[in-house]
Amino acid sequence: MQRSDRITYKHRLPVRLSHWLNVICFFILLGSGLNIFNAHPKLYLGQFSHFETPIFWLHANYGAHHELIGLTQIAGKDYTTTGVLGVSNSMNGSPTAVGFPGWSTIPSGRNLADARLWHFFFAWIFVINGLLFFLWAWRSKHYSRDLQPTKSDWRGIFKSIWEHMRFKHPEGEEAVRYNILQKLAYVSVIYILLPGLVLMGLCMSPHMGSVLGWLLDLVGGRQSARTLHFIFAWLMVAFIAIHLFMVLITGPTNQIRSMITGRFKIHEPVSSDAVLVEEKIHVQE
Amino acid sequence: MSKNDRRRFLGQALAVGSAALLAGCERLNNNSTFKEVLSSSDKLTDKAFHALTPEDALAQEFTEAEMSPYFKANGSVNPKTPEYLALLNNNFTDYRLKVFGLVDIPLALSLAQLRALPSRTQITRHDCVEGWSCVGKWKGAPLGALLNQAKPKANAKYVVFHCADSYENNDERYYESIYLHEAHHPQSILAYDMNDKILDVAHGAPIRVRLERKLGYKMAKYILGLELVESLDDIGKGKGGYWEDHHGYHWHAGI
Repeated sequence: MQRSDRITYKHRLPVRLSHWLNVICFFILLGSGLNIFNAHPKLYLGQFSHFETPIFWLHANYGAHHELIGLTQIAGKDYTTTGVLGVSNSMNGSPTAVGFPGWSTIPSGRNLADARLWHFFFAWIFVINGLLFFLWAWRSKHYSRDLQPTKSDWRGIFKSIWEHMRFKHPEGEEAVRYNILQKLAYVSVIYILLPGLVLMGLCMSPHMGSVLGWLLDLVGGRQSARTLHFIFAWLMVAFIAIHLFMVLITGPTNQIRSMITGRFKIHEPVSSDAVLVEEKIHVQE
Repeated sequence: MSKNDRRRFLGQALAVGSAALLAGCERLNNNSTFKEVLSSSDKLTDKAFHALTPEDALAQEFTEAEMSPYFKANGSVNPKTPEYLALLNNNFTDYRLKVFGLVDIPLALSLAQLRALPSRTQITRHDCVEGWSCVGKWKGAPLGALLNQAKPKANAKYVVFHCADSYENNDERYYESIYLHEAHHPQSILAYDMNDKILDVAHGAPIRVRLERKLGYKMAKYILGLELVESLDDIGKGKGGYWEDHHGYHWHAGI
């Protein structure tokens, strides 16, 4: 089949701007968050800390030859994770007892004060960016037109799952709009996971706790909120990993360009209509 | 470039990019001007949190059944300064809480006088900046009412807590500060009892402040004096507290 390429406009400026701001913010919030976690590398459930029985703990022990062993404790059971969790090489190369390794944290050395400066500066940019996006997505109908699954999307969900399982992805005009699995992923991340992450952060605030008592009670208390904040952050990491994988297997240059300039190349069979549209676009440019 | 090459290239670009970003953050972290920019968001947090919550909104309170079996003591837990040891050695008989600065009537109150004031008892959650929490029971004199006795002058804006301990065992003493209006929060008390016992040394004997909407480092222990000031410029290095001045902690400390 003969094919032709044409360029279309996929992502509008507010989408692109908020996307890249989010990339920067999440990168820094994750790195500084891991450093903050390292100040007390234990997680609990409930309102207060049961210091002796954390549900998750990154710690270190000495082995038979007095070498440092990194341990990850989950629900009371220790797993050896030397080199990455509990014990890892510091920037000068010597094994150090620290929760998450220095190469993953901002700043690299254990520094609660500095990590908190980064975290709460970029938390504000992240929150303002998110609120502006919500406002724009609603007013511009980006949500209702592009993100909200339609009835026909729902009808095609099994077909879409089957196609994803075979790594077969929409081409042509179909690639310009989001498919049902994409819509569900984006909506749940943008409207549920990220706000949840922020709310669990606010639940950890003793000041905001004075008006969020209902939410603290709902999730089980401040230490539960801290644990959920941690879990939600890693769910975001999982989302990003899948997101990047999908970008890589669906024409990465084209996808990345469309998130930078907005322009997306469509492959499709030649028809007289397509040629006409292409000419029109060239005229507009 | 084949498809696979391109994918491998983008994967490597991602790894290299992340490493470069982290290295960039590391360099920025050593830049004091940049850190000033980062810490400037504390003012926004302070304004926003006060705007978003009523001034008298109470931190959660709990029942005796919900208390921590063990309440961790942090920061200074056993002060060795001469003035503290002198007070401790005669069981705080000579202790006087001084209220001074921008007040019409400076005060010097003994523990007996503090205990004779109306009191408030609260079971609250103590949140450490490190991330852990403990729930404990506190009894003490409401801070706002006590300051009213001293008749603060109209230009008094902050309350500074002057303490007897030295966190790093040197000539410096611990200090902290809050807005005067925060002293009038119903749960702001000068605690002398903890978990139905006289406050012990590890937790701040004879007097520590409870500010239930703040992190632990704000709740100064071993308090000797309350100073009312108009500006924090002349307190320590000007950032309002020991951790703020020495380690760059946030002054607001409500998150």
